[in-house]
Amino acid sequence: MTKPIVDARAIHKHFGALHVLKGVDLRVAERELVFVIGPSGSGKSTLLRCLNRLEEPSSGSIVVDGIDMLDPRTDINHARQRIGMVFQSFNLYPHMTALGNVTLALRKVAGKSRAEADRLGHAALERVGLADRAEHTPGQLSGGQQQRVAIARSIALEPRVMLFDEPTSALDPELVGSVLEVMRSLRESGMTMIVVSHEMGFARNAADRVVFMDDGLIVEQGPPAAIFETPTHERTRAFIGQIQRH
Amino acid sequence: MSTWDRFVDTFFNGKVMLKYLPDILSGMVVTIELAVLIVLSGLAAGLALALVRSLAIRPLNWLIIFIVDLFRSLPPLVIIVLMYFGLPYAEISPSGFVSTWLSLAFVLMAFSEEIFWAGITSVHKGQWEASRSTGLSFGQTLINVVLPQALRLTIPPLTNRTIAITKGTALGTVVAVTEILGEASSAVSNSYNPSPLMMGAAAYLVLFLPVVVLARRLETKFAWKR
Amino acid sequence: MIQTFFNIEIIAAAWPIVLSGLLNTILLSLIVVPLGLFGGLILALLASVKNPLVRWPLMAWVDFFRAFPPLVLLILLFAGLPFAGLELGGFACVAIAFFLNTGAYYGEIFRAGIDSVPAGQVEAGRSTGLSRLQAMGYIVLPQAVRNVLPDLLSNTLEVVKLTSLGSVVAVPELLYQARQAQSLTYNPTPIVVAAIIYFLMLWPLVRLLSRLENRALAGRR
Repeated sequence: MTKPIVDARAIHKHFGALHVLKGVDLRVAERELVFVIGPSGSGKSTLLRCLNRLEEPSSGSIVVDGIDMLDPRTDINHARQRIGMVFQSFNLYPHMTALGNVTLALRKVAGKSRAEADRLGHAALERVGLADRAEHTPGQLSGGQQQRVAIARSIALEPRVMLFDEPTSALDPELVGSVLEVMRSLRESGMTMIVVSHEMGFARNAADRVVFMDDGLIVEQGPPAAIFETPTHERTRAFIGQIQRH
Repeated sequence: MSTWDRFVDTFFNGKVMLKYLPDILSGMVVTIELAVLIVLSGLAAGLALALVRSLAIRPLNWLIIFIVDLFRSLPPLVIIVLMYFGLPYAEISPSGFVSTWLSLAFVLMAFSEEIFWAGITSVHKGQWEASRSTGLSFGQTLINVVLPQALRLTIPPLTNRTIAITKGTALGTVVAVTEILGEASSAVSNSYNPSPLMMGAAAYLVLFLPVVVLARRLETKFAWKR
Repeated sequence: MIQTFFNIEIIAAAWPIVLSGLLNTILLSLIVVPLGLFGGLILALLASVKNPLVRWPLMAWVDFFRAFPPLVLLILLFAGLPFAGLELGGFACVAIAFFLNTGAYYGEIFRAGIDSVPAGQVEAGRSTGLSRLQAMGYIVLPQAVRNVLPDLLSNTLEVVKLTSLGSVVAVPELLYQARQAQSLTYNPTPIVVAAIIYFLMLWPLVRLLSRLENRALAGRR
């Protein structure tokens, strides 16, 4: 692998007595789409949240786009602009319009003027197919539309990496497609993406690499075909088998 | 004179009322001054304490909780009396006006801190995370994302509490503040007639009834709706 | 400083006076709280009659007392009524003023509680043959009280604190007795002691309330 854009090494995370991450290494190349799967409680969401330091790792090192995320001298707010994050529950700001959600960080962190931020915000909403919903508040949007606004909120900041934390788990089945569509187009534009999700179909035809986690460790990783068709570890096989039966 | 006439002559005596109207009016001005000072400083201090509390510095939070509990437990009149009659023994002699203002401002601070804090904590954790993940700082998140949602939730309990505490300006009469009740009481003893008291009562209604009605409308507008 | 504000000798000398004040404050609370609850319940039951001819005057009544400072009401009774030939004494005036004032507040709380119980509850009760009053007593009120328990407790706290107003009309409750002791001893210690007593007496309730309130507000989301 050439110089990775995300380089996490020996990540440990304790929640009190609970040892959630037990020394995880994850390197992601530029323009790569890495899919993280695993049973619930395996630590995949925690790993994701450590990468932009929403959770503080107990030990280890994380470098994203050349920035040492765990160095106390790092301006974490500036660093986070380069790492977009999309949440399972959207977390849109209910008191702002879609455009307001997208432009807040542009104005307050990136220091853009209101006019400039509005222009970038409209462009981002356009990219997720919601140009005509700019003035709607989250309450007036469907779940799928809300999640696309949340994606627009991240990509408006032109991040180098995007983290997706179960982006479609809270959606009704008929709304999942529109969100995956947006993620696919992001991928085609060359965005580096780390996705925690159960959408195996999407993983199969969009991911470069699938990482299987269990019990706080990466058990096995490789191209989707290899992981899904010929997993080498028993635990991976069991998990894949369970998922495919559904 | 019929009973009715005697009643009106006693409680609504035109001559007495006219004579003491200026006193009641000047009492109203003092009440308004006190009320505005109490509301502004009490709410500002309460919000400031709630913001400091959100920094989650342990010993500081214990101190804030203790101060809030203290001023919620003590009757406002006890605080006023303590300031006005007690502090002079320590060579500090606040006027009745200052004693009433500070005491009620402390009480409002305590109650509003609780309400602001409850509002802040009721904002979902995901809101913090989404905002922080886009690079907004703790303070920017608090001001742009959390507070606007928290304040909306706090408006009904806050208005009710503010009215209840601001009405306490009448307690100032115990420490010789010349607000409405003080003026009315001294007018009664000067004129041997209760009419000024009726005027004073009316003055309170003129000041506070519109606020109460407004609060009721706010309540139906904001409560339970999201 | 401690000699001035927390003088042990003075505490010892003033203790009997302060203690009698404390007992009167407790006694006063035990009278005015049930009185206010009773008044509030009557108001709320009347308001549950959905007739606007009943509801509107009641709302005006409640708003009137929400706007009216309790001390003004008390003085009005204490200093005004004698001019009509009615001399009631401080204690009776406090009781009446509290019945009116805190009754209005309790009434508003009970009303909100009753409104919070879904109409289907009454309908279910009536469908099993309960009378309107039975449905109210057995089905609606128990749920209503549970829903507004924090508000009821919070108002009760305010009522107990409000008994200190009795000192203005010479009811020998805690604050009044403390001030008597202060003027006898030329020392603020008795008032400080009274404040400490109020705090120790009401702190547990305040703690409980702040936990209940936090939960209630958070639950609205």
